[in-house]
Amino acid sequence: MNLTVKRNTLILMLVLLFAIVLAAVKGPVDIPLGQILLRDNRQILLLRLSRILLAMITGSGLAAAGIAMQAILKNPLAEPYLLGTSSGAGLGAVVATILGAGAVFLPFAAFIGSVSSVILVYLIAKEGNRIPVQSLILSGVIVSIAMSGLIVFLVSVSAKEGLHGLMWWLWGSLEVYDAGFLFIVSAIVLAGIAAIFVFSQDMNAMSIGDEEAMHLGIKTETVKKILFLVTSLITASLVSISGVIGFVGLIIPHLMRFIVGPNHKTLIPASCLAAAAFMVLCDTLSRTMFAPIEIPIGVITATIGVPVFIVLLKTKQRIT
Amino acid sequence: MDILLEANNISGGYDEEMIIRDFSLRLERGEFLGIIGPNGSGKSTLLRLLTRILVPRIGNISLGGEDIARMDRKELSRKLAFVSQNTFVNFSFSVWEMVLMGRIPHLARLQSETKKDFMIAEKALSLTDTLHLKNRKIDELSAGERQRVILAKALAQEPSLLFLDEPTAHLDIGHQIQALDLVKKMNIENGITVVIVLHDLNLAAEYCDRIILLEKGRTFAEGRPEEVLSYQNIEAVYKTVVVVNKNPVNSKPHVVLVPGGEMHVN
Repeated sequence: MNLTVKRNTLILMLVLLFAIVLAAVKGPVDIPLGQILLRDNRQILLLRLSRILLAMITGSGLAAAGIAMQAILKNPLAEPYLLGTSSGAGLGAVVATILGAGAVFLPFAAFIGSVSSVILVYLIAKEGNRIPVQSLILSGVIVSIAMSGLIVFLVSVSAKEGLHGLMWWLWGSLEVYDAGFLFIVSAIVLAGIAAIFVFSQDMNAMSIGDEEAMHLGIKTETVKKILFLVTSLITASLVSISGVIGFVGLIIPHLMRFIVGPNHKTLIPASCLAAAAFMVLCDTLSRTMFAPIEIPIGVITATIGVPVFIVLLKTKQRIT
Repeated sequence: MDILLEANNISGGYDEEMIIRDFSLRLERGEFLGIIGPNGSGKSTLLRLLTRILVPRIGNISLGGEDIARMDRKELSRKLAFVSQNTFVNFSFSVWEMVLMGRIPHLARLQSETKKDFMIAEKALSLTDTLHLKNRKIDELSAGERQRVILAKALAQEPSLLFLDEPTAHLDIGHQIQALDLVKKMNIENGITVVIVLHDLNLAAEYCDRIILLEKGRTFAEGRPEEVLSYQNIEAVYKTVVVVNKNPVNSKPHVVLVPGGEMHVN
């Protein structure tokens, strides 16, 4: 639209480009930019690029899902996992492991667990034809606690090997096991982001209030249901491929609101770009900080996210 | 008579509960209608029914001769706007962005505002004396300023009918008069029909052409302020003793509260 928007977009794109180049050359072995592009290093480059793609998809998906969730709940500090997607995914994966399913099936089990927990949250929160915001938050919390309880119970009574590795995976990893699976998830997430963007105007109005939005001609309950479905699909797909990566969906949109403002038409693209760059950088950190050991990326985002969150919360309190 | 809004024997409320019972209204174009009544008498519910936030269980409502239940939500929002009493906003939209939201009913999804929309929004800002706040954030404004911006947003919808639910609830007396003077000006100069819920009986007496007094979801009295605001009506509905005088300036009814009134009467 105007100059500031163009300038911000350009800066964000440059940051993303920088992150991509950095992630491509850094690794257990650092390979200079001139060499990584050579034919000999093609395998390594492809490996790193697929990881970069997953990081970008995960970041943008979580940011868009977070924004949608924040608009539905009228709370700028809501997380995309608020509806129980993460613990649901965990439970699905744990159950599958105990039942002896191979690693190939884990993403599907996680996806099914995620979707089931969202449906459960939805059914508990639903009042007639409406989904009141408060009930949604509370039932999300309750379902998450119940599922986490079940996970701990199952892990403690079963002596199954591999559950340890599972917990590790749940804290997030951007390792790409299967390129085909990566493409399916990417397609779902990109379509989801596009769908959320289409509702920019509706979300602008809804962040003032549901009834306010209705008075502006928005079919609030329908839009809420669509966004609810889309965010669930995005987070469930992402959890199934890269585990639970906290704070990205909260911190990045929030920071971007400070920079580009709360208008969803600019907020969504800006947050997607920023979150993509942020995830690529975090992943580079997780691979290189204690190389050859890889730290779960959720640990990195939490380490950065928690202090930022506290600062945001405190400044928010001072304003209101 | 040019009837803009007509409600025929509507009953309705939330879920099973019938809050409004057998309510009828014929609202003339250009009218300034006040709705008063004690807490829980159904004033806000009535506004929700008339603006299709709630759908009446029985009866029908028509706007310009068209059944509002059959109208598209967006089409409806081009004709009627709503100003609520709670103007608090959790997100830091700029005043300009807020007022432009009033153009949403006139835009297709993903369509950007045109020059015409900007002009209408700017006019709404200057009418409500908030043009100087254009670049400020909505959550940094005072309650009075915020109320005027919300009103500007409603005006940007270019409605023929404006609903207001206790717009003065959080304002001091100066801002109350300022806000209502503004609404009156829109009513007279721009021909916008107004339906307003007011708690303050004297404000209702001063501004409204006609008043409906609600009791337990039914119309208890209806008519010009001096007809409705009699001490008999008020005492019967509000269960409190009052004296009704006349405003010495314009001889509109003026309700005076009598604390501990029962004692004086007995």
